[in-house]
Amino acid sequence: MSFDAAFQNQNFKSVGTRPLRPDGVDKVTGRARYGADFNMPGQLVARVLRSPHAHARIVAIDTARAAAVKGVKAVITAADLPDLSNGDKALFNILDNCMARTKAMYDGHAVAAVAAIDEKAAKQAMKLIDVEYEVLPHVVDVDAATEPDAPILNDAVFTTGIDPAPTTASNVANRSEFGHGDVEAGFADADVIVERSYRTEQTHQGYIEPHACVASCNPDGTADLWVCTQGHFVFRQNCADLLGLEVSKLRVTSSEIGGGFGGKTHVWAEPVALALSRKAGRPVKLVMSRDEVFRASGPTSATSIDVKIGATKDGKITAATATLRYSNGPYADIWAELGAMTSFACYDLKNVKTVGFEVLVNRPKVAAYRAPSAPMAAFAVESAIDELAQKIGMDALDLRIRNAASEGTRSSYGPVYGPIGIGPTLEAAQAHPHMTAPLGTNQGRGMACGFWFNFGGQTCTDLNVNADGTVTLAVGTVDVGGSRASLSLVAAEELGIDYQDVKAVVADTGTLGYNDMTDGSRGTFSSSMATISAARNAIAVMRQRAALTWDIPVEDVYWEDGHAKAAGAKYGNLAPLSVKEIAAESGNTGGPIAGHSELVADGAGVSFATHICDVEVDPETGATSVIRYTVIQDAGKAVHPAYVEGQYQGGAAQGIGWALNEEYIYGEDGRLQNPGFLDYRIPVCSDLPMIDTQILEIPNPNHPYGVRGVGETSIVPPLAAIANAVSNAVGVRMSHIPMSPPRILAALSRQKGE
Amino acid sequence: MIEVTLWAGLVPLADNQTTIIVEARTVRELLRKLQERYPGLEGPINNEVAVVVDGVIYRNDWSKELPEGTKVFLMRRLAGG
Repeated sequence: MSFDAAFQNQNFKSVGTRPLRPDGVDKVTGRARYGADFNMPGQLVARVLRSPHAHARIVAIDTARAAAVKGVKAVITAADLPDLSNGDKALFNILDNCMARTKAMYDGHAVAAVAAIDEKAAKQAMKLIDVEYEVLPHVVDVDAATEPDAPILNDAVFTTGIDPAPTTASNVANRSEFGHGDVEAGFADADVIVERSYRTEQTHQGYIEPHACVASCNPDGTADLWVCTQGHFVFRQNCADLLGLEVSKLRVTSSEIGGGFGGKTHVWAEPVALALSRKAGRPVKLVMSRDEVFRASGPTSATSIDVKIGATKDGKITAATATLRYSNGPYADIWAELGAMTSFACYDLKNVKTVGFEVLVNRPKVAAYRAPSAPMAAFAVESAIDELAQKIGMDALDLRIRNAASEGTRSSYGPVYGPIGIGPTLEAAQAHPHMTAPLGTNQGRGMACGFWFNFGGQTCTDLNVNADGTVTLAVGTVDVGGSRASLSLVAAEELGIDYQDVKAVVADTGTLGYNDMTDGSRGTFSSSMATISAARNAIAVMRQRAALTWDIPVEDVYWEDGHAKAAGAKYGNLAPLSVKEIAAESGNTGGPIAGHSELVADGAGVSFATHICDVEVDPETGATSVIRYTVIQDAGKAVHPAYVEGQYQGGAAQGIGWALNEEYIYGEDGRLQNPGFLDYRIPVCSDLPMIDTQILEIPNPNHPYGVRGVGETSIVPPLAAIANAVSNAVGVRMSHIPMSPPRILAALSRQKGE
Repeated sequence: MIEVTLWAGLVPLADNQTTIIVEARTVRELLRKLQERYPGLEGPINNEVAVVVDGVIYRNDWSKELPEGTKVFLMRRLAGG
């Protein structure tokens, strides 16, 4: 990478201010175009037929009657999506999830799809698709799936990561292990040991906008896809691979996005829409209903976690272990492994061991959810840390500070830390007035720490200086959290122009080089780096144009405060040239002015946060109200502080819902009982207090402005912080998330011996 | 000389070595020499590996220079939300 990304400790004029968001007016007036707002002339309506069974062999599918319905233009099954994975298991799993091939693996698994001229015809055809199922025994519970007598989802899955390799199929797809030291010796040195098992239930990312797309396969072999996604370049690759298209012939345009949180990093409906369009020869629009979103896309894992921590009386942790079982849905992934990596990442431990088990169950394929897998691990570990502090008789914050990781600590997942921010967030919590505010009756306070890796990735950006001196910034990272505002600030900062003179757009896959998805808290981190690079390249062009205008060597032209200036006394009579002046002459000095950048934005740096929470629990109903909440997190440099605060608040709000109410509830038949927002309750404004935030700015040495990703870490501590607060309020350790009113009442009853 | 530590999943593919000493000046050279020495690592290195250099995770920048004595850790390439 030729671009020097080292932190430069410069003073800022634009970065750090809070201008209005460029997409705000469109969003509040209804003009913004989300996935379902795109339409094509002659487009068809698609509907997907989904399995009503949790686990069933597909004996036969007869689509003849459906295809004969007036207005139906195409009916597809797995036969219309042939297996092109060529041994690539991950690709095959994506294909099989998009359209079941031999078995339906969960309630809601797609088995066929229809494209018709209207909704009525599509629905009528759906009823006429004859699917013969052989219903199989199912298992939806993460612990039950590991029992010896559990129904096996996939006869070809043998647990990996075990020596010797097993010879019988299992629902445990992989075992992973991390740690160092001698945990048994460490526990022998402990004066106090806490050991407890925890559970968290499956939750959905809860994005307000359902998955939606319009697909158009054209007679010349090209295709277009308009879609709500976190990564249109990755969707292009996935869809091209699944449908046998050349990447260059598939153009993907991303819409505005009404939330993703990881759930829109995976293709679900898009290959189906493309296959329908290919068969029908017309554009096809596919919009998932909320029911479909819950049943067939995106949830995170349900978990079952055992934690054991030992410490001396003076609060030094001597050993820690965690065994983590994460449900994966029907396809093996790395969710438990991520939980095992993040469990103890906040602490400096001499002896630590974590073991993760990926468990296959008859539920939808698990997708990333904001710092995927870390919140559940943090819930278990931070709850145990709190209990340990109580057993020792030590303040829980002091215990965390006593054992916090710092520069030089060997992390529990392997690498040795460089400079990290867990210590400063804990110290800020210690100094925060929230920690000493008085509590009332039935109220309790909890706190917790959280860790996430953060990463960067491949990034490509174009910056065009228009003839009037305004700037168009084309980026390839989808704006899920306000990155267009942040990136406009960065471009304005580099060029020395007004924020209002920069217009940032998300370019489609046909007009910009490849970009990784907006995930891993990378959107602003990566694209700001590329924007800085592109702006500096544009400045180099503008210095050349000024030199031509003045007829002096380019080496004698420097850039300062948004102007080209001639260096030295000999050019004293040359007035500086602004961007507008240089742009106005561009036609006669060499043509359009642009700066391009393609780079790998690595060096994101790991991220830590500390949260403090006060709750009040009604002992009669078991209902919990969050009455005060504080988020403390390091942003490196907050480019647009209001958006950073929004990310902190959003993560906390999602965590509050996860901790208190949200839960996939399955019946004995393996069918999801609550696939809608009435029965799956995410928090609304009236459920939440004003979430206070404290932004720490410890510069990231690997970014010119010191920027760190901020999108994910804020969802890691809330489960534990709220669980600790509720436990302190009711006097019972709450070990099962969500802490819904019935669970709290049951815990209180158990305590009373009822 | 660079000291490379492998995550547990890679160890069986490297003759059960947890720590390997390699002479390399960049991440790219390091990964190439690891594959030459342990061909079983080729698949994971191509698809699943991130490289941690002095505590910072690198997923793509294989041109990253490795000063003498650098501690490198190979970890699984992560998913994010």
